[in-house]
Amino acid sequence: MNSPHHQYLAGLQQGELRYQRCSACAQAQFYPRVLCKHCGSADLAWLTSSGDGVVYSVTWLYAKDTPASNIALVDVVDGFRMMSTVTGVQTEAPLIGRAVRAVIADDAVLRFELVAP
Amino acid sequence: MTDSLRGTTAVVGVAESQLGLVGPGLSPLDLMGQASHAALAEAGLTTRDVDGLFTASSVYPAAGLDTAEYLGIQPRYIDGTVIGGSSFVSHVLHAAAALRSGLCDVALVTYASNQRSNVGKLVARTQLNAYEAPYGPRFPVSMYALAAARHMHEFGTTREQLADVAVAAREWARLNPKAFSRDPLTRDDVINARMVSSPLTVRDCCLVTDGGGAVVLTRAERARDLPRPPVYLLGAGEATDHATISQMPDLTTTSAVQSSRRAYDMAGLSASDIDVVQLYDAFTINPILFLEDLGFCAKGEGGAFVADGRIAPGGVLPVNTNGGGLSYCHPGMYGILLIIEAVRQLRGECGERQVPGARTALTHGNGGVLSSQVTAIFGTEATV
Repeated sequence: MNSPHHQYLAGLQQGELRYQRCSACAQAQFYPRVLCKHCGSADLAWLTSSGDGVVYSVTWLYAKDTPASNIALVDVVDGFRMMSTVTGVQTEAPLIGRAVRAVIADDAVLRFELVAP
Repeated sequence: MTDSLRGTTAVVGVAESQLGLVGPGLSPLDLMGQASHAALAEAGLTTRDVDGLFTASSVYPAAGLDTAEYLGIQPRYIDGTVIGGSSFVSHVLHAAAALRSGLCDVALVTYASNQRSNVGKLVARTQLNAYEAPYGPRFPVSMYALAAARHMHEFGTTREQLADVAVAAREWARLNPKAFSRDPLTRDDVINARMVSSPLTVRDCCLVTDGGGAVVLTRAERARDLPRPPVYLLGAGEATDHATISQMPDLTTTSAVQSSRRAYDMAGLSASDIDVVQLYDAFTINPILFLEDLGFCAKGEGGAFVADGRIAPGGVLPVNTNGGGLSYCHPGMYGILLIIEAVRQLRGECGERQVPGARTALTHGNGGVLSSQVTAIFGTEATV
């Protein structure tokens, strides 16, 4: 059996946000597992998300000698929530409820950017 | 339904270890030894009487073994459940079940940490979930900050209301000679303190101290023959719905809804029957969430409930009468100290901070990042 985490990382390497959907209960799950967290079925399909989402919550981290950075929870339209960060925004800009889209950079880290209103 | 545990067991001894900043070289085991000796002495017992041990640790992976060896006991029942700071409230429930079923006769719940004198920062699980680690959240404060930010967005909870939680805790701490922080603290002091993870400043965060405690329980019939007035366990319940913050279903509602329902059902009580409340206040958002989820106010009204001194001395509900994790003591896992304060309030031993005539006390433990929720309700002889 392939490691679910390795399959996820392989997706990032190819510029894709991969997640699972249960074939039994039809619900999405993230992070990937070997069974469905909603119903316990092991019949899971891998899908590629559009990466569109809405910011659910955000906090800005402050540390000496470095600019503030944000940690965000994003509700992805495919039906799951993930932690990430929103790039290209001013410190403490209001982000909750804003539409965002996933961007996977060359470092294979998934970040979100604001979708222009 | 099984037979209820209600009133079948009681706390017969409680004690803290040294608190705050202890002498150099004192280990968590030394501190557990101090607290256990004192709690057993209060109960008219010694380590020779202990046959049930309940403990958890941030530094001893097999804490039950280390603690039993250090204390010189050979317990026939060990529970080393580790679910974060709530562990010890959970241990009380587990101890009651073990006592009731005869698996042990004298249960000792104990915990201590030397995190302040040893390393000077919070000792906690630092292995982040692999799906969160790339973004560098600061564990655990960023996770609580995310909950606070969402609560503010959804319900209009204000920065000032969060600050009032810390101010109320400090006002109680000023009445507690054992509290670590007793200087005056204002709302502006909290808001203007160094920002750590917005919206939380350093004054929204619990202390990082040494300290620990011990709680001794027996079955009720034996408790009545021991020196101190028994404090009965009337009800308890636990619940969890996630370990990682991105897996929490709703950041504004914790599984304290379930844990408290289980505790109230066992006790045959509701929030309106509770005289004094001890809530796990690792961060200022915690009491706001818990007062809602425990039924003291409606969802979304926690901010208004805590504002303007309403949970401070002289307010409408006495909450965290020892000064809490925010101002009294927070040795990494705080839950044991919730129980000790509840028991002392019900015995009427709390001096200036005593809640007059308190007959029922609710303790609510929290573990991880709002992950584990455990509620226990205690009462005096008159409530059994």
